[in-house]
Amino acid sequence: MSPSKLGPQIVTSRFGRAASWTLEPYLASGGYEGLRKALSMSPEEVHQAVSNSSILGRGGAGFDAGRKWGMLRKAQPAYLVVNGDESEPATFKDHALIEADPHQLIEGALICAYAINAARVFLFIRGEMALGIERVQAALNEAYEYGAVGERVFGSDFSVDVVVHPGAGAYICGEETALLESLEGKRGYPRIKPPYYPAAIGLYGAPTVVNNVETLSNLPFIMRNGAEAFFSLGNGHSRGTKIMALSGHVRRPGNYELVFADVTFRDLIYDPALGGGVREGRELKAFIPGGVSAPWFGPEQLDVPLANEKIAEAGSMAGSGAVTVMDETACPVRAAWRISRFFHRESCGQCTPCREGSGWVDKVMRRIEDGYGRTEDLDLLLDICDNIAPGVTWPPAQTTICVLGPSIPSSVAWAIRMFRDDFLEHVKQGGCPFPPDRLPTSLAHA
Amino acid sequence: MVALYPEKRSSLIPLLHLVQEQDGYVSPEGIEDVAELLGLTPAEVRGTASFYDMFHLEPVGRYLVAVCTNIACMLAGAYELLEHIESTLDAHPGETTADEMFTLEEAECLALCGNAPCLTVNWRYFGDMTPERWDQLAEDLRAGRLAGEVPPHGTLCRVRRSVGLLAGGGPQEARRASRKAATAPPPAWPDLNTQRTTPAAASTVLPEVTSQPEGLKQPEGLKKQPGGPMHEEGSRQ
Repeated sequence: MSPSKLGPQIVTSRFGRAASWTLEPYLASGGYEGLRKALSMSPEEVHQAVSNSSILGRGGAGFDAGRKWGMLRKAQPAYLVVNGDESEPATFKDHALIEADPHQLIEGALICAYAINAARVFLFIRGEMALGIERVQAALNEAYEYGAVGERVFGSDFSVDVVVHPGAGAYICGEETALLESLEGKRGYPRIKPPYYPAAIGLYGAPTVVNNVETLSNLPFIMRNGAEAFFSLGNGHSRGTKIMALSGHVRRPGNYELVFADVTFRDLIYDPALGGGVREGRELKAFIPGGVSAPWFGPEQLDVPLANEKIAEAGSMAGSGAVTVMDETACPVRAAWRISRFFHRESCGQCTPCREGSGWVDKVMRRIEDGYGRTEDLDLLLDICDNIAPGVTWPPAQTTICVLGPSIPSSVAWAIRMFRDDFLEHVKQGGCPFPPDRLPTSLAHA
Repeated sequence: MVALYPEKRSSLIPLLHLVQEQDGYVSPEGIEDVAELLGLTPAEVRGTASFYDMFHLEPVGRYLVAVCTNIACMLAGAYELLEHIESTLDAHPGETTADEMFTLEEAECLALCGNAPCLTVNWRYFGDMTPERWDQLAEDLRAGRLAGEVPPHGTLCRVRRSVGLLAGGGPQEARRASRKAATAPPPAWPDLNTQRTTPAAASTVLPEVTSQPEGLKQPEGLKKQPGGPMHEEGSRQ
């Protein structure tokens, strides 16, 4: 693979630069030019440009951003809510974007606010990201001072306010309707659908666009260089670049911005400039292609390209762009148990299949890992999974208000399908046959 | 802070963070203050606070250590790290050390998976952890050598908003809110502050951090902030 697979960098171009989170270096590298360009166009033209770029939402669902804006009910007030509540395990791209380039996020949000005629933007940042919140607030203070936010932005007729809103620790608030509930000062319970989209009834019942941090961070580039420059990268529905958050048993874990649909999982994991291969030259056992809600892949899916539709065809999802690699020493029972435990802890508790199912799966998985499992537990697990999402297929059937519930079966069911022998070995030996994971003292970090 | 939102209940979570910053935890008195300010019952405030992992309704140690054990960190040895931390602190997740220096937590993914295993201390990140690095970190924390990087528990954002709402030309509710912001006294802080007089509450308030982390210092030209309703809050620091 050529080194060009690493570029061009659209959203990570300022990573690693000195004080990249402050205004001065941002302006020196084309900062706020995208917003100026947008303000010279009509809101409709900005919307059209974003539609022409075909940018898909980078939050996990992969919904076309231009289409999302187009669904906005025409009423005032309208709101833009930025979803910076990144909590999907093994996803750490938004965290990096928020800390390294908060002005880019603010500029992207302002471009969107102009296009959808929103006078108030809420930047919902995950509470745990304290440094990120501080940098975004500092950047926002600078942006106000600079005239990019506030009354009559850059002398135009467009006025907008941006408010940084910290979260308080709840995975479920990444779900857009739960995020809106949380922003309204309530428990983060996902709302009953319909209405399916906040574009019709969102924050305080007003039309609302909820966009992911990475999605909005792409907008300054699209405005500055034109939709065509973005669309010319990638192919099919997957255009532009995508940050892949690579973690687990690889030599060089980290965030890699790659041209969408141009790189395969094999490239990402094994290329010396990217993942650098499985640590200590071990064999790949499995990898999770799109966050822990996604079904697992094995070595036979290594040549699947990193494109939303290709990953979906292969039976999983691109999700948030988080790839977690497990080598031959990883225990699939332990891994799937930890994921089900996560869902158990983070289930909001509204819907029975999710609330009860996640706890049940957690306990049975833990029992197997600890050596107290029974052979029939495998059927029991699949039966519970079938009750949470009937058919245990992908994409899963919906039995709950939000998609957290149907995400529970993927790791457990796919671990059983791919590594049934390992499960049975736990039962037979009365304990885990794998060594505990060792500390990665030999790892080099990207 | 209340004035930044079209509906004041939206400021509930930011206000609870402020309570936690002042008292070190979400205290019953803080809950009552927030309830009064927002026209809610204390039960409504407490019921919302209890949903969120970051809000501690009981006092915690000086340093809240949250060790991520989710998939990426687990594959990098997070449970072995957690065991080591447990043994050095003689505390299990959910417990506070006898000297009230540390409270240990097992956290879900903290989004630093490229530097796994990771942990946070009072929500400040430390990646690429090993048992040896933890021993050093614990020593530094005990000795107070990291006061600049690690503020007291509950301190989320040491940078205050410099201006109120300015977009006067927006929709009606925005104009209404900004008028309110322009005339109302700074809402939350003074109220909470003056009522924080009980010895029990006062003893949990840790010394304020005055230094900002290197990266957060603002350029010289921006230090002079324009006045505004939020400005007085900012100048408290």
